[in-house]
Amino acid sequence: MATNKFNVNDQGYYGEYGGAYIPEILFNNVEELKNNYLQIMESDSFKNEFEDLLKNYVGRPTPLYHAKNLSAQFNTTIYLKREDLNHTGAHKINNALGQILLAKRLGKKRIIAETGAGQHGVATATACALMGLECIIYMGEIDIERQAPNVARMNLLGATVVAALSGSRTLKDATNEAIRDWINNTETTYYIIGSVVGPHPYPDMVARFQSVISKEMKSQLLQRVGKENPDYVIACVGGGSNAAGAFYHYLDNEEVQLIGVEASGKGIDTGHTAATLTIGKPGIIHGSKTYLMQNEDGQITEPYSLSAGLDYPGIGPIHSFLHDVKRAKYLHVTDAEAMHAVVNLTQKEGIIPALESAHALAVLSKLNFKENEIVVVNLSGRGDKDLNTYINYLNENKHAK
Amino acid sequence: MKINMQNRIDHLFERKQKNILSIFLTAGYPNLTDTLPIIKILDTTEVDLLEIGIPFSDPIADGPIIQQSSMTALNNGTTLKVMFEQLKDLRKITQLPILLMGYLNSVMQYGVEPFYKNCHESGIDGVILPDLPLDEFDTVHKPLSEKYNIKVALIISPLTPVSRIKAIDERSSGFLYLVSSNSTTGNFKTNTINLNESLKHITSLPLKNKILIGFGIKGQKEFSEACEVANGAIIGSSFVNLLGNSTDLQKDIPEFISKIKEPIKTIQS
Ligand SMILES: Cc1ncc(COP(=O)(O)O)c(C=O)c1O
Repeated sequence: MATNKFNVNDQGYYGEYGGAYIPEILFNNVEELKNNYLQIMESDSFKNEFEDLLKNYVGRPTPLYHAKNLSAQFNTTIYLKREDLNHTGAHKINNALGQILLAKRLGKKRIIAETGAGQHGVATATACALMGLECIIYMGEIDIERQAPNVARMNLLGATVVAALSGSRTLKDATNEAIRDWINNTETTYYIIGSVVGPHPYPDMVARFQSVISKEMKSQLLQRVGKENPDYVIACVGGGSNAAGAFYHYLDNEEVQLIGVEASGKGIDTGHTAATLTIGKPGIIHGSKTYLMQNEDGQITEPYSLSAGLDYPGIGPIHSFLHDVKRAKYLHVTDAEAMHAVVNLTQKEGIIPALESAHALAVLSKLNFKENEIVVVNLSGRGDKDLNTYINYLNENKHAK
Repeated sequence: MKINMQNRIDHLFERKQKNILSIFLTAGYPNLTDTLPIIKILDTTEVDLLEIGIPFSDPIADGPIIQQSSMTALNNGTTLKVMFEQLKDLRKITQLPILLMGYLNSVMQYGVEPFYKNCHESGIDGVILPDLPLDEFDTVHKPLSEKYNIKVALIISPLTPVSRIKAIDERSSGFLYLVSSNSTTGNFKTNTINLNESLKHITSLPLKNKILIGFGIKGQKEFSEACEVANGAIIGSSFVNLLGNSTDLQKDIPEFISKIKEPIKTIQS
């Protein structure tokens, strides 16, 4: 169950992080959600509908796969939590379906969302198609280019994809545009945020919807190795939802080492990075107090990562807190290291990972595991959407290798 | 420090309760050093109150006009530090009541106490921080703003429940900022501001503060409509738009202001 020590408090904070730093216009929407989300999520009708969808529509539980070749390579026991096998190809669908069921119960007819890699956009467009709701997805212009297959999927699903043209034209800017849309359409619109970011109660709500990942890990590990707790849980961190879900039921089991992996882009010191916890400072972004990348004047700086899903200058407040109290450890991985991990997993295990997930895989070579240790890597998504990026990157770097 | 000197905003509302015109301008826009010269021109007009926007990289409550002006201002080199440096001469050029308006992250990174202290030292009378939660106002901003005699005008919207309006009015000082409709700034899609029942209902509540209506006040028509129900109104995007397009601010600013104020005077006389 949810812990108290590491969980959000009644005021919506994780330690000093979180809260709801929103314009007054959004107060009613956020308050309505805050006052109702737990009650709705815990009601039998919601649970039945949600669990049925997760099982029969999404295909849960996702396998916990013992990656023997990878284990041999790193001389330990590695399991992959196969979120890539979910319907629509990533963990994002867990949250999108949960929130759309909530939106329906709150009587909202119009759904908006932001997306970076397009996985949350596709998941939301899918949920809207299923429920017959209008769907508008904000996506940075740069991401529209680099994740074209997902844009095509969203269009086919009947969603309207709106290009965010401001700033770095990536996830941060798509989120700004989604919030502006919400401000202009408060009465009709429900905003499905795609990660553990945004004003309270979003971070907690999204973490709860994703917590199915660690819930399944526990029972699957018990069955496979006779104990619920691995030695390590490793997950990539953009906003931090797949990591929050993979950590959730282990937060109180402090013998389980939790490792989050941020994208350092071209390298921490290059100015082209998205490793928020390493180079950021606490501040306010998208309605939440948390670490963010900013200059001395408090202007949010443009992040960079080859991976659209990790290309974000903030991080969910739960991770800022787990970082400060040292319950989780946060590492970072460059574009090149992640690409190396993509090729490695593909050729060793026959699984093409999403570029985001490859960041989690890339730390396997940086940690010193013992042979009898059990390591679970959350494989948050599949790589179909990234094929173009992979092909281009490999072509450009052919000679360097 | 004469911290207990009467605040210029209070002084304004003591003298005047109707047709108050407040103008918003983005600091450092269109050029880095334009802020004071623009204020100097405004000082010659019938403007009652000024709000200087602190440019922010990610202004989520703002529409395209203020977004774009903020970007330009930042590219010009505007920072809060530079602003306070420039504002040192503010009280040599005007005695208008002036507020700073900005996003909380700017204040947080500057340091909350240094921010209020510098506001006081520059002769700033109040601040508007749209993403400041009430509990953080109580614990952090209230004591510091009072220490430096800086008013904090809090925001309500047409959808704010009455009990919350009362709680906000209780805490607000200077005035209450009533957002005209649920929209980002500069949303002139609807031709008239949303003078629906809820807006009239709010302005008829027995509140401690005077009320100024902002967001979507484009020109004379919306201004006089707002003045029918509230103590006055705030013009932002429309004025910032003028700043971006004018080639003769010396002439255009007074013209802009008198177009807004003239008809009201005619009606009154
Ligand atoms: C496959 C995949 N993994 C991870 C992420 C990063 O998001 P989060 O940190 O919220 O899990 C994304 C985001 O788009 C994604 O598509």
